[in-house]
Amino acid sequence: MSRLSIETPGRAQKVVESLYRDVEHRISASPPGLCPVDMALSFLRLCHAQTCGKCVPCRIGLGQLTHLLEAVLDSTATPETIDLIEKTARVIQDTADCAIGYEAARMVLQGVQGFRDDYISHVTHGRCLFGLNQPVPCVALCPAGVDIPGYIALARAGRYNDAVRLIRKDNPFPTVCGYVCEHPCEARCRRRMVDDAVNICGIKRFVCDHATDWTAPSCAAPTGKTIGVIGGGPCGLSAAYFLSLMGHKVVVFDQRPQLGGMLRYGIPDYRLPPEKLDADIDFILSTGIEVHTGVAIGKDIPFADFENRFDAVYIAIGAHNDKKIGIDGEDSDGVYSAVQLLRDIGEGHRPDFRGKRVCVIGGGNVAMDAARTSIRLGAQSVACAYRRRIEDMTALIEEIADAQGEGCEILSLQAPDHIEADENGRVTAMWTRPQIIGDYGPDGRPRPRDAASPLRRIPCDIVIVAIGQSIDSQPFEQLTPVVRGKIQAESDAFVPNTPHVFAGGDAVTGPATVIRAVAAGKVAAANIDTHLGFHHMIESDVDIPAPHLTNSPACGRVELRNRPVDECLDNFELVKCGMTEEEAHQETSRCLRCDHFGYGIFKGGRSSKW
Amino acid sequence: MVNVTINGVPVAVPEGTTILDAAASAGIEIPNLCYLKDLNEISACRVCCVEIEGEGKLVPSCNNVVVEGMVIHTNSPRVREARRTNVELILSQHDNMCATCVRSGTCQLQKVANDLGVLRIPYPSDLAHGKKAVWTTTFPLYRDVNKCIKCMRCVQVCDKMQSLSVWDVSGSGSRTTIDVSGNRFIKEADCSLCGQCITHCPTGALRERDDTAKAFSALADPGKVTIVQIAPAVRTAWGETFGMDSGAATVGQLVTALRQMGADYVYDTTFSADLTIMEEGTELLHRLQAGDLASLPMFTSCCPGWVRFLKSQYPDLTGRLSTAKSPQQMFGAVAKTWLAKRLGLEPKDIFSISIMPCVAKKAECELPGMQSLPDAGNDVDLVLTTREFARMARAEHIDVPHLEESPFDSPLGDGTGAGVIFGATGGVMEAALRSAYFLATGENPPADAFRAVRSDGNIHGWREASFDLAGTTLHCAVTSGLSNARRLIKAIRRGEVKYEFVEIMACPGGCAGGGGQPVDGSDREKAETRGEVLYDLDRHASLRYSHENPAVQALYREDLGEPCSEKAEHLLHCDHFAWQMPQNR
Repeated sequence: MSRLSIETPGRAQKVVESLYRDVEHRISASPPGLCPVDMALSFLRLCHAQTCGKCVPCRIGLGQLTHLLEAVLDSTATPETIDLIEKTARVIQDTADCAIGYEAARMVLQGVQGFRDDYISHVTHGRCLFGLNQPVPCVALCPAGVDIPGYIALARAGRYNDAVRLIRKDNPFPTVCGYVCEHPCEARCRRRMVDDAVNICGIKRFVCDHATDWTAPSCAAPTGKTIGVIGGGPCGLSAAYFLSLMGHKVVVFDQRPQLGGMLRYGIPDYRLPPEKLDADIDFILSTGIEVHTGVAIGKDIPFADFENRFDAVYIAIGAHNDKKIGIDGEDSDGVYSAVQLLRDIGEGHRPDFRGKRVCVIGGGNVAMDAARTSIRLGAQSVACAYRRRIEDMTALIEEIADAQGEGCEILSLQAPDHIEADENGRVTAMWTRPQIIGDYGPDGRPRPRDAASPLRRIPCDIVIVAIGQSIDSQPFEQLTPVVRGKIQAESDAFVPNTPHVFAGGDAVTGPATVIRAVAAGKVAAANIDTHLGFHHMIESDVDIPAPHLTNSPACGRVELRNRPVDECLDNFELVKCGMTEEEAHQETSRCLRCDHFGYGIFKGGRSSKW
Repeated sequence: MVNVTINGVPVAVPEGTTILDAAASAGIEIPNLCYLKDLNEISACRVCCVEIEGEGKLVPSCNNVVVEGMVIHTNSPRVREARRTNVELILSQHDNMCATCVRSGTCQLQKVANDLGVLRIPYPSDLAHGKKAVWTTTFPLYRDVNKCIKCMRCVQVCDKMQSLSVWDVSGSGSRTTIDVSGNRFIKEADCSLCGQCITHCPTGALRERDDTAKAFSALADPGKVTIVQIAPAVRTAWGETFGMDSGAATVGQLVTALRQMGADYVYDTTFSADLTIMEEGTELLHRLQAGDLASLPMFTSCCPGWVRFLKSQYPDLTGRLSTAKSPQQMFGAVAKTWLAKRLGLEPKDIFSISIMPCVAKKAECELPGMQSLPDAGNDVDLVLTTREFARMARAEHIDVPHLEESPFDSPLGDGTGAGVIFGATGGVMEAALRSAYFLATGENPPADAFRAVRSDGNIHGWREASFDLAGTTLHCAVTSGLSNARRLIKAIRRGEVKYEFVEIMACPGGCAGGGGQPVDGSDREKAETRGEVLYDLDRHASLRYSHENPAVQALYREDLGEPCSEKAEHLLHCDHFAWQMPQNR
């Protein structure tokens, strides 16, 4: 008899382990609109199965809680039952010996307090307050509501022109989004229940790269109405495109020399080649939109005069001003704002960073863009100081990985303290205050606090501040309501107390994503059309291929690859390679066609017009 | 053409044909429950699943199309097991007390289960209890949650056919069910009471409030004089319950059946349909002359489902309805006044029963303003649907196919062909035009002069026609089905179309396809066939103009004077503003 032995998991344990992974996938693919009480009960059952059985609160208490929640769901409970649930959960949380018990009780407690309305509705009316609205997860999560299963099916059938036409029904920036969309659509892709989300964004890029027909649909008969759009970014141009299709005369004004807004002056060329952006913009303009660049409304033309000239006005000025960090030394020579730097480059002015040590402050996508741009400008080294941990950064994971891959060092848990300069006022170092990650804030993220360590000196020649953008709303303040810099518009884009002014995009929400800007433009177009007394429909006559009957078995997700790093560092050429035809075909075949299978065939699977 | 093999038989069908239809074309029946062509093709019940060689899973045949070379098996061991199991699962959540169900014999679940020879269910019964199983007993529409198989047909019918979306999926997970949408109760919903969800339900989950017991007790009460009216569309369909073709059981046989049940007087709503024409036609001419129809039309008001729809969806258009009461209500008003006097009856002793192809009529008879006398209750005391009446005839064990015919009582048994076609879409319009032409010109038009407004078989959109009325061009539109009504109203509102006179019926095809008509479990839409029965009756009628109805003429001569006289306004017109739909209250 050996004194010790090496434990190897048995067959059952291995199967259970794989089931755990499946459950994780399943939860991550949870569709929106589920009954929260039902989900709480299901989680509770899982927790109860984990109990070791030693202690009363966990062994018996969690079981009794499941009975009580069942009664709520079956509408056999009374309002007192809810109180009993709350009391029992509180006691379990207080007295359970280990986390299996007290954390389970905490989840129940959080629920009974967080969605008590729903508990009450179940008890008093036998009804749940929640329900499915958009059953196709990707479409539900796309702000613009693009018909994703539709264009993936078209892509699979090799009908790339039709795929792009279908996307344009809801989004006139298919190419741009194929390159830089943050793809919220992939977050709850049902394919995750099988293996992993479909690479929707990559498929979109593929169809745009392979489409050959770029003729815009014909516009409706002229309405005689003229709409002024302020801002030629994704939001303003999306609204302009749809309004133009609806037969309205649209005039777009932009203060920069070229259209595109942040797409041109914020996103570096190596992520979005300018010719790709121009392709989408040219397509939009081909519907007959009049453009005036280099004109700043509110400065060159007073807004009051401007507004009088049109039947409706759409303000989509974006968020182009930089935010100051407010630390000593910020005015030193060698301190850039990321927004300014990227804008200069967009305008063709590339500063020379050769031999320079760069320190970027911030943890978002703009910080990553600044860092990677600095590398391409010849910087000797690039570091990025961020006050939280890497996993807390708001930049997309792949952007962080790409920046690191290109040589950017992420200095996490470093809060900027002050910038050191020499006697000529030139930056010599960035001083940071080391942080320790701490307890969780109300936003559910762990908060950093000052660590008991001395300040850290990061020697550098250039500091780039990338801590956010603000809105240049001042010229509009007299005629439109502005709160904390943001222009106030209702959810239909109408600006209250104005005759015919609408606003949307970053100027209203603060800095967001391309697809949200597009969605805002779409909403504005529909409501401006209605406001002007029309009811034009935007629709697509593309027929969607019937789904294949049996879904493909579990299959890995195709990821886009980068060009070799050493080929990328000294130029602004595109980094990501698109899918091959073989990859695209395989990836499109992974789509589960939630428009046809499941609830989508019953309700809401497809809206062919808006 | 696409070539496939089904159960070893080569079949060629046009591209885009579903597997279900392809099989049917080869005489192979695939059982199904939730499928309803064009309305509910969602493969929810999974009873129609078939096996296709080369496919991993069984495939629902109702909403997947054939592909060249497919080899399909509809009765393989795997299919058999799946079909039976899914039916057993449905039965485990179904109240299988068929003996007490109105749909026993016409229930599609019962048929599928019987066909499969399901003798026991291996799963424990899982029925709703408590609050989840509660439904109001007073509302004219009744739902039995434990008969519902969640096929979603009612949801689709109300969404797509009627555009009211009263029904929706409710709850989540295992407790998902069907309920009134938006967490409302049915009494607070904007339900038109068209009853189309009932006639499209595969089981007994939906039905009208059962008023047969009240009818039996009134017929048996020696202190009550029962006066029964029979709506035009009832005669096209009532015999279907007894296995007869549409129209095969005549209205004369229906009169005999009612007499056998103990009815004191049996009359024809066709009489008051003719009366409606006199009032509505005159109102139309008056409004036309007054310039009231210059921008918006006058809408017909005889369909209470449509009236409920308009009042809930477009309350600002309420004033566009004709103020004429519906034929049911005109009959009720005349019965307790003029008729009572002629028959020497005390109005309060009269129990007025109507037999209608309609569920909404049950609500209409209780509306404020439908009481002509202060102490004689509602003008119409009880409304029975065609189905309820057929159930009563079954309960009496009346041998319907062999009944003798008997005539209506006099005088309200007189009706013209114009009144009869009220039961079909376009009929009210056509009848009104026949008499409006007479009223405007003093002479009769050819009886079929206005046939352009009859159904053309197209169930989407609306029909329009223009007629010359003594030098004035009258632009008319006709539609049925509330989705169509909504489309038409939107077009009118946007100024895309302009009419002076519009007829709308809530049920597709009009009353012939009414929500109170018999259901045979076949899913065949019968409005068109039944409508033809009515047009046939009209063609062979001795009188085809409402203004020639002798009883109508007598009523004006003896009591009301002329159409739209003060007395006629009081008795035969109503105030549509006197009541509110729930959400407008």
